[in-house]
Amino acid sequence: MPSSNFDIEKIRSLFPILNFKVKGKDLVYFDNAATTQKPQAVIDGLSDYYSEYNANIHRGIHFLAEKATGAYEEVRIQLQKFLGAASSEEIIFTRGTTEGINLVASSFGDAFINKGDEIIISELEHHSNIVPWQLLCERKKAILKVIPINDAGELLIDEYKALFSDKTKLVAVNYVSNALGTINPIKKIIDLAHAVGAKVLIDGAQSTSHIEVNVQELDVDFYACSAHKMYGPTGIGVLYGKKDLLNQMPPYQGGGEMIEEVSFEKTTFNALPYKFEAGTPNIGDTIAFKAALDFIEEVGVKNIAKQEDLLLQHTQKELEKIEGIKFFGQAKEKVSVISFGFDDVHHQDLAILLDNFGIAIRTGHHCTQPLMKRLGILGTSRVSFAVYNTIEEVDYFIEALNKVLNMLR
Amino acid sequence: MTIKEIQDKVVEEFELFTDWTDKYAYIIELGKKLSVLDEDYKTEQNIIKGCQSRVWLQPELKGNQLIFTADSDAVIVKGIVYLLIRVLSNHSPQDILNTELNFIERIGLTQHLSPTRSNGLLAMVKQMKFYALAYKSKLESEVK
Repeated sequence: MPSSNFDIEKIRSLFPILNFKVKGKDLVYFDNAATTQKPQAVIDGLSDYYSEYNANIHRGIHFLAEKATGAYEEVRIQLQKFLGAASSEEIIFTRGTTEGINLVASSFGDAFINKGDEIIISELEHHSNIVPWQLLCERKKAILKVIPINDAGELLIDEYKALFSDKTKLVAVNYVSNALGTINPIKKIIDLAHAVGAKVLIDGAQSTSHIEVNVQELDVDFYACSAHKMYGPTGIGVLYGKKDLLNQMPPYQGGGEMIEEVSFEKTTFNALPYKFEAGTPNIGDTIAFKAALDFIEEVGVKNIAKQEDLLLQHTQKELEKIEGIKFFGQAKEKVSVISFGFDDVHHQDLAILLDNFGIAIRTGHHCTQPLMKRLGILGTSRVSFAVYNTIEEVDYFIEALNKVLNMLR
Repeated sequence: MTIKEIQDKVVEEFELFTDWTDKYAYIIELGKKLSVLDEDYKTEQNIIKGCQSRVWLQPELKGNQLIFTADSDAVIVKGIVYLLIRVLSNHSPQDILNTELNFIERIGLTQHLSPTRSNGLLAMVKQMKFYALAYKSKLESEVK
């Protein structure tokens, strides 16, 4: 059980959307791996910035600009501590995980990937950790290699080791699979890659509010995540990169903010992290992200994980009672994501009918088409939990699922 | 019956349902009733690409009437496909093109046709109109 000061009713009261009715029913939101709901403090953070101190940051010498700059940079420092980075210069704001990965593919790729070099990804990846590397490989005539999985949805570490060669330059895998919930042994993956001199990017989109992350302990070279999957706003994310690596990489985009001096003959670039932050950033969402980090820190990642694990175990146990159910991804280590399906019922039909019960789940290929192909299916039904979900909601979902299956069978 | 009359009849039938479970139970029943498309017709050419469910559509001209047969791997989509065929199939290409298709909206299933739902249904309606246009041109060129 989560610690005794864990008060689920208090937590739920912080999220205004949980009082919302869908088609006359109480909203049951089990699509948290797609995006989490936002506490009132995040919504207020956004609204306060626009109503009280909206200004462009870093350049203006006036009260509003200084206040906004202070609030913006404060989030960078909070994130540095949250992720365990050595310096706040290593924290680059992006639009989200996808942009972080694209930044590395473009900039690290330009500097360090050459013809014949090899990049390793895995069968568990989201399209956003596949396509940027495919584009890079096409540009540079490099080679993409893929770590296979076993039937439980776990990476095969021996097969991974066998992929290494003296051409291996980068390994890019997710910490947690969005489709199956598998927690990958990233410390081992990182150490093995470093032993052959390769760098490692971890896609942290699905892990960062569920598992404690310390980039220095992991010794990871790049780590990307998104605020909106951590109770924060959409359109803002973080790329952590080791300082000496970031310093060796060329800028990603050109524009304001990222320059030191511009002339038509030659432009010199700003220092880290601004070198990678061209143009006016997403100030409002960054500032509002602070309230999400405060929320996670206040509840505690360990308490969040405990509550989610409780939901996972209960749901798994209840789902197992349903006739004909098949589970996809039975990894020993997993977060609170359950992917399932039925031979005789299409996942889309399930989602449409559950929606009429006010229940939001996700169905389809989850942007992991190569993984679906490996599993021999077109899609799954997926429930994914956040800290505000309850056992009562799970019981209501199970009841509704049984009714829906009765309608469809 | 004209296409308009069939649409009105479908709407009338759906007015009987007072709660969503009855409405969907009926659509599911229709979906199960839809004659299954022969596997030979479930080709790449006939597939309407959607995000979640697959829909296959096969057109055929008999005399001057356009006949549609279709199938889907999801039963609710299949039920709506059944209704689309009931409304649009067995009419001349010109009549199909002239039709303002509104019954789905009137029976409260618009969400299944919204472009963001990406279930292939909206694409299917477009494809049916496209076939009507193609066969209309074909018929006209034969007359000349």
